[in-house]
Amino acid sequence: MNEPMVKFKDVHKSFGDVEVLKGINLDLMPAEKVAVIGPSGSGKTTIIRMLMTLEQPTSGSIIVDGENLWQMEKSGRLVTANEKHLRQVRGDIGMVFQHFNLFPHMTILQNCMTAPIHVKQENKASAKARAIEMLDKVGLGDKLDNYPSQISGGQKQRVAMARALVMRPKIMLFDEVTSALDPELVEEVLEVIRDIAHEGRMTMVLVTHEMEFARDIADRVLFLDKGVIAEQGTPSEVFGHSENERLDSFLRRFRR
Amino acid sequence: MNSWSWEVFFDAFPAVLEGLGITISLTIACYLFALVFGFGWTFIRRIPIKPIRWLIIWVMEFIRSTPPLVQLFFIFYAWPMVPVIGVALDPFTSAVLGLGIHYSTYIGEVYRSGIENVDSGQWEASTALNFSNRQKWTKIILPQAIPPTIPMLGNYLIIMFKEVPLASTIGVLGILSMANDYGAQYWRYLEPLTIVAILFLILSYPSAILINRLEKKMNRRFDKKTVLGRMNKGKGAVM
Ligand SMILES: Nc1ncnc2c1ncn2[C@@H]1O[C@H](COP(=O)(O)OP(=O)(O)OP(=O)(O)O)[C@@H](O)[C@H]1O
Ligand SMILES: [Mg+2]
Repeated sequence: MNEPMVKFKDVHKSFGDVEVLKGINLDLMPAEKVAVIGPSGSGKTTIIRMLMTLEQPTSGSIIVDGENLWQMEKSGRLVTANEKHLRQVRGDIGMVFQHFNLFPHMTILQNCMTAPIHVKQENKASAKARAIEMLDKVGLGDKLDNYPSQISGGQKQRVAMARALVMRPKIMLFDEVTSALDPELVEEVLEVIRDIAHEGRMTMVLVTHEMEFARDIADRVLFLDKGVIAEQGTPSEVFGHSENERLDSFLRRFRR
Repeated sequence: MNSWSWEVFFDAFPAVLEGLGITISLTIACYLFALVFGFGWTFIRRIPIKPIRWLIIWVMEFIRSTPPLVQLFFIFYAWPMVPVIGVALDPFTSAVLGLGIHYSTYIGEVYRSGIENVDSGQWEASTALNFSNRQKWTKIILPQAIPPTIPMLGNYLIIMFKEVPLASTIGVLGILSMANDYGAQYWRYLEPLTIVAILFLILSYPSAILINRLEKKMNRRFDKKTVLGRMNKGKGAVM
């Protein structure tokens, strides 16, 4: 059988005295598309932020492609990973944020070239070719020399995807990437994610409130509630009739 | 009393001009020192060890709340008396150290405000793209943090220009002392001091324009150029 791409083993996370994740166990298979749904404050963002190394788990371990993400061996003991170790492992992971976080002092093209050049030491010409290819793919090949302030929210989010894609991640994380957008711009962004998903190579984790979309592209849906995975299964299992009352009432709000 | 004399004017001119040269070199030296040292403060303040951070903050506060004149006197007169580490410095070097260190604490705060104004999402995006810590600073954070602080940094240059006459107290004779000395010697104050006023005007007006230009140029490289450009227009005349 295939080895999991990502493995969460009894991961807990507290902020101060508040435990927001209470034992997450999760295997993500290569190329699997997982949608994470759940009420506000249930810990969805925190899960993917730990995987992106933006937040450190309080306990438990996260294994990425066979490597322990947050811990490393030092003279025979497991210790908290240092920046060097984190850099080695997180190279496989890319993330798209709710608020885009494009670099405002760089053009669209520069936004997509800077990491390949400085992080992966690619030469400028090939980095540029790759950036243009990815920007074309997200439909922004004609905006190369614009600055982020000069384009719409939907376009910004598509640039953010191109910027992550040029790094050839094996795992892509999406944190409510459409919830900061005007309603009429949501579809153009979802369309791009669908395209990426259909290519099928990457493991994708999508935190989303777009239930239709989740049903559409996910292989598996996780319902997170009060810091635990309260329910999981295929979209038809989770979105169909569930015994879980909390899930039921959560979903009812989206049906209207 | 005596009226205006062109003869005195031209006689006083070389001395005053010489003083101006000293004032300008001292200003520039102090300012560069403060710009570089300011970065030092900004970064050691970020050391993630609390007692060290407190100590640094306390030292900065101490330096800022002591008059620069006291610091000048300390470095020039008292420092040489300190056993082992004490050294006697010439007046110019003492002035650069004294004023430079004093203003570096202000300039460090300017940098800090610039850095803190960069959205935390920029740090997160650069982590997600796997930049090294050094690259985060040089490629992402500082290029966004510094341009908006340029008007403030420019103002400190001008403040410095006005503060350096303090150095005359330890014997660095700048423009004002030269004019004053001339006046005392010949009992003619009107002409030399008029020269001082004219020279200040000739200098300060272009430097205000220069700072304005620089600001616009930096903003042009920057995303929020249109907004910032408009905001800063009124602030052009800093003097
Ligand atoms: N840096 C932090 N410091 C303190 N508490 C935090 C921090 N980040 C998150 N939390 C808390 O942890 C809990 C889970 O947050 P998280 O952002 O993961 O929720 P979420 O499921 O993504 O919610 P939403 O749907 O609103 O985005 C919340 O109660 C939140 O207030
Ligand atoms: Mg969230």
